Amino acid sequence: MLQIAALTVVALGGLAVVLTGDPLRQTMVLGIYGLGLTMLFFVFQAPDVALSEIVISTVGLPVMILLTLRKVRQQQREQARGKEDDG
Amino acid sequence: MNRTGRLIMFGISAVALAAVLVKGFAGLPHFGDYTGVYGTVINGIGVTERHATDLVTALNFDLRAFDTLGEEFILFASILGVVLILRELREEREHPHQEEAEEHSFAGASAAWRALALGLIPAMIVLGGYIVLHGALTPGGGFQGGVILAAGPLAVFLAGRYLRMKVVAPQPLVEAGESIGALGYALIGLGGLIFAGVFFKNFLPLGTPGHLLSAGQMPLASIAVGLEVSGAFLVGWTEFLDQAMVIKEQG
Amino acid sequence: MSFLPFAVAAWLFVAGLYGVVSSRNLIRTILSLTVVQSATYVLLLGVGYRHGGRAPIFADIPQVSTAVDPVVQVLVLVDIVVEATVTALLLALAVQAHKRFGSLDPNDLRTLRD
Repeated sequence: MLQIAALTVVALGGLAVVLTGDPLRQTMVLGIYGLGLTMLFFVFQAPDVALSEIVISTVGLPVMILLTLRKVRQQQREQARGKEDDG
Repeated sequence: MNRTGRLIMFGISAVALAAVLVKGFAGLPHFGDYTGVYGTVINGIGVTERHATDLVTALNFDLRAFDTLGEEFILFASILGVVLILRELREEREHPHQEEAEEHSFAGASAAWRALALGLIPAMIVLGGYIVLHGALTPGGGFQGGVILAAGPLAVFLAGRYLRMKVVAPQPLVEAGESIGALGYALIGLGGLIFAGVFFKNFLPLGTPGHLLSAGQMPLASIAVGLEVSGAFLVGWTEFLDQAMVIKEQG
Repeated sequence: MSFLPFAVAAWLFVAGLYGVVSSRNLIRTILSLTVVQSATYVLLLGVGYRHGGRAPIFADIPQVSTAVDPVVQVLVLVDIVVEATVTALLLALAVQAHKRFGSLDPNDLRTLRD
């Protein structure tokens, strides 16, 4: 049934999120995993929960993660430049 | 302990944990054979008791409103932590010059794209407000609607004009909104204590189920929580935005 | 079928823990923590489900006492939003750790004594 399909998608999606290497790619996979979770909650007759999950996992989390990744990359570049100036 | 040793130890413990989890879950009633009493009772009498058609929001803001108070302040404290940690990093020099602000825009942002984003902002704010207000009637409520409300000014960020988001959602206003939301929710609880004798007891008239102004304090609580959640998310996004786009290190 | 949601919840929990333990990047740890959190959501909603039950929203259907359990939905719904802000706090800590120690590898994090 629909529930078995949704549960399989969620199980495979969780594994995909854990196994992805690059954090940037992992963010995209997390967004898709959130959509899979939303379908699961919808099939479990929980529309409130599905609404909450879809706004968080498409808008709330990826924005913060992408900004963090950018900040870390900036800091890496500055630290590399600092080391060049010293050495 | 190096990484391989750690992974081997994790492998053994994971097998043990999985065995314990499976054995524990096997003791639960089968999936679909729901035998709880509280849920059945609430489903049976919820609409006539609390005059609200959305029982999930009724539980959230009326029957279990005390738990929501705790959760809401967890949210408040987390965003407070984010602000404290990220503002301490501001010993670096800030660089929001005008020409730099022009640089901080997405290269492919054409005027049509920006117009689309600008058109989306009022739509998202209206949608967020609708979901917040109709919490007691349809799926929705303060938490979901609050995040949608916060996503409105975020459309400015997504359209490529990164720093303009701070103009559309100015920092003092957003912080004030969040604090007023948190305080408002606690005041509703105190109102229940003062006017009806029990903390968070519904003291406003209940009205008829299905109408917008029904279910007593639920729309007010929804609005308070919506304000707080949207304020919290905007504050968090602005802090990360400042870190990533505005601040450059000295030298 | 009667055990599948609980099995999926246990699987997600262990897979997420594996991600937390085996990642070399703090941000990957935080994202794997999200998977662990979603395991609890699946478990809670699986407990509350009833065969043939509808959503506990009675706006246009007559009120029945055989809808699915609304209490677990309340728990999961608030939890999703609150855990997003806790993840924001963890990400802020990761930024601070990178600034202080120069790398996001958990093995390189020393104590604050330096």
